[in-house]
Amino acid sequence: MIALEQVTVGIGGFELRDVSFTIPDGGYGVLMGRTGSGKTTLLEAICGLRPIRSGIVRLQGRDVTRESPAKRGVGFVPQEGALFGHLTVREHLEFALVVRHWSPAAIRTRVEELSAWLGLNPLLHRKPAGLSGGETQRVALGRALSFQPQVLCLDEPLSALDDESRAEICSVLETIHQRTRVTVLHITHNRTEAERLAGTLLRIHDGTLQLQVPPASR
Amino acid sequence: MNGSPIPTNPGPEPRKRILHPDRVFLLSFSILGGSYLLLLLSTLVADLAYTSPGHLWRALQSPEIRYAIRLSLLSCTLTALLSLWVAVPIGYLMARIRFPGKGLADVLLDIPIVLPPLVIGLSLLILFQTPPGRAVERWIPVTYAIPSVILAQFMVACAFAVRTLRATFEQISPRHEQVALTLGCTRSQAFWMVVLPEARRGVLTAGTLAWARALGEFGPILIFSGATRMKTEVLSTTVFLELSVGNLEAAVAVSLLMVAAAAVVLLLIRTQGLESTLGRPL
Repeated sequence: MIALEQVTVGIGGFELRDVSFTIPDGGYGVLMGRTGSGKTTLLEAICGLRPIRSGIVRLQGRDVTRESPAKRGVGFVPQEGALFGHLTVREHLEFALVVRHWSPAAIRTRVEELSAWLGLNPLLHRKPAGLSGGETQRVALGRALSFQPQVLCLDEPLSALDDESRAEICSVLETIHQRTRVTVLHITHNRTEAERLAGTLLRIHDGTLQLQVPPASR
Repeated sequence: MNGSPIPTNPGPEPRKRILHPDRVFLLSFSILGGSYLLLLLSTLVADLAYTSPGHLWRALQSPEIRYAIRLSLLSCTLTALLSLWVAVPIGYLMARIRFPGKGLADVLLDIPIVLPPLVIGLSLLILFQTPPGRAVERWIPVTYAIPSVILAQFMVACAFAVRTLRATFEQISPRHEQVALTLGCTRSQAFWMVVLPEARRGVLTAGTLAWARALGEFGPILIFSGATRMKTEVLSTTVFLELSVGNLEAAVAVSLLMVAAAAVVLLLIRTQGLESTLGRPL
């Protein structure tokens, strides 16, 4: 579950005021809004990457407002993937598990599982340079899911993709969500994408959350 | 239809010729830029013409010059390592963190680059005449000893390493670090596991630049370390000492050794593919 209670967050003069919403456990929330409306700022606040000015952030019912990003257990997929240039795809999938001191056998099993889910097997030895947009996003998704987070935040993961890759990653997201029941908050500009994926549709306008509607399609 | 003719296939497009005004422009720039290159090349050719393999061999056989080569290699390597030791944290903080007095720190970090080298040597000399400086000297002799050579080289070389590393860290998106934090890293782990490996080329460039700057340093060493043979003599002071006793052949031979060392360093940077970092305005 992702629950924000009267959260105010800002950068410099810009402020998102009194944002409150709830995405139920295992739900898929989609956040829409114009460029510069504060969507990414809000996502960063949930991940713990940006301090909030007031309010409470709860993840899976736990107040994480003052917790570091490492302790929140949120999988984060930024726009453009932000893959680490010096690591192979396999090392990306292993990264969080090594940091969390998983055993080598458990790491191997998890990497095999993720690479099968995401179709990454042929790419495991490759480095990010030269991967296509769709491949990059699949790796970023695998990296974010590797440590089995209960919350997943996606910042416009499909915006830089062509139509074919977009449809492919959309299907991957649907499958992953059905399989893991991870609670998702997904930022997008694309209405079709939002209607296809959203269980809860949120919209930001002029620094406030204006709508919270369950889309009719689901 | 107004009866305009149907366009026919014009065939392969003729190679575009540079228009006359463009030619004049490019030619004038080539002459201006080329004159500097010509000057550089002329000095090298003149040096080469002035000396001979025999001069170089005799220079390499001289115990004083061999000592200077050994001390230069040692001091430049230590300076490069010390510079990286300090420049990595400074470059990272300057690139990533806002803090009070950052503007002042920025100005201070550039001072060794713009200050006349002699002034840096003089300032170091004065620093070690103050009570804290004298206290240090009681434990480790610095002035007119080998540590002064390293300190004088470090003062200038480190500023260049800081500039290079700051530009390197600024080029790495903070998003990478933020993702590492969400994956379970502390800030320190994110730095060692993500930022530093991604900055490795910049680190190598900064180290190489610091080494090369240290090799060419002369003014601060002359003031702060003196130019005592077989004690504080490095290659740049050898050139000065040989000139002062009228041994122009040996001075030129040592100069060519330094040119060769600089060329090797530049070649190393190019072959490592680091020119993009160097070529960027710092």
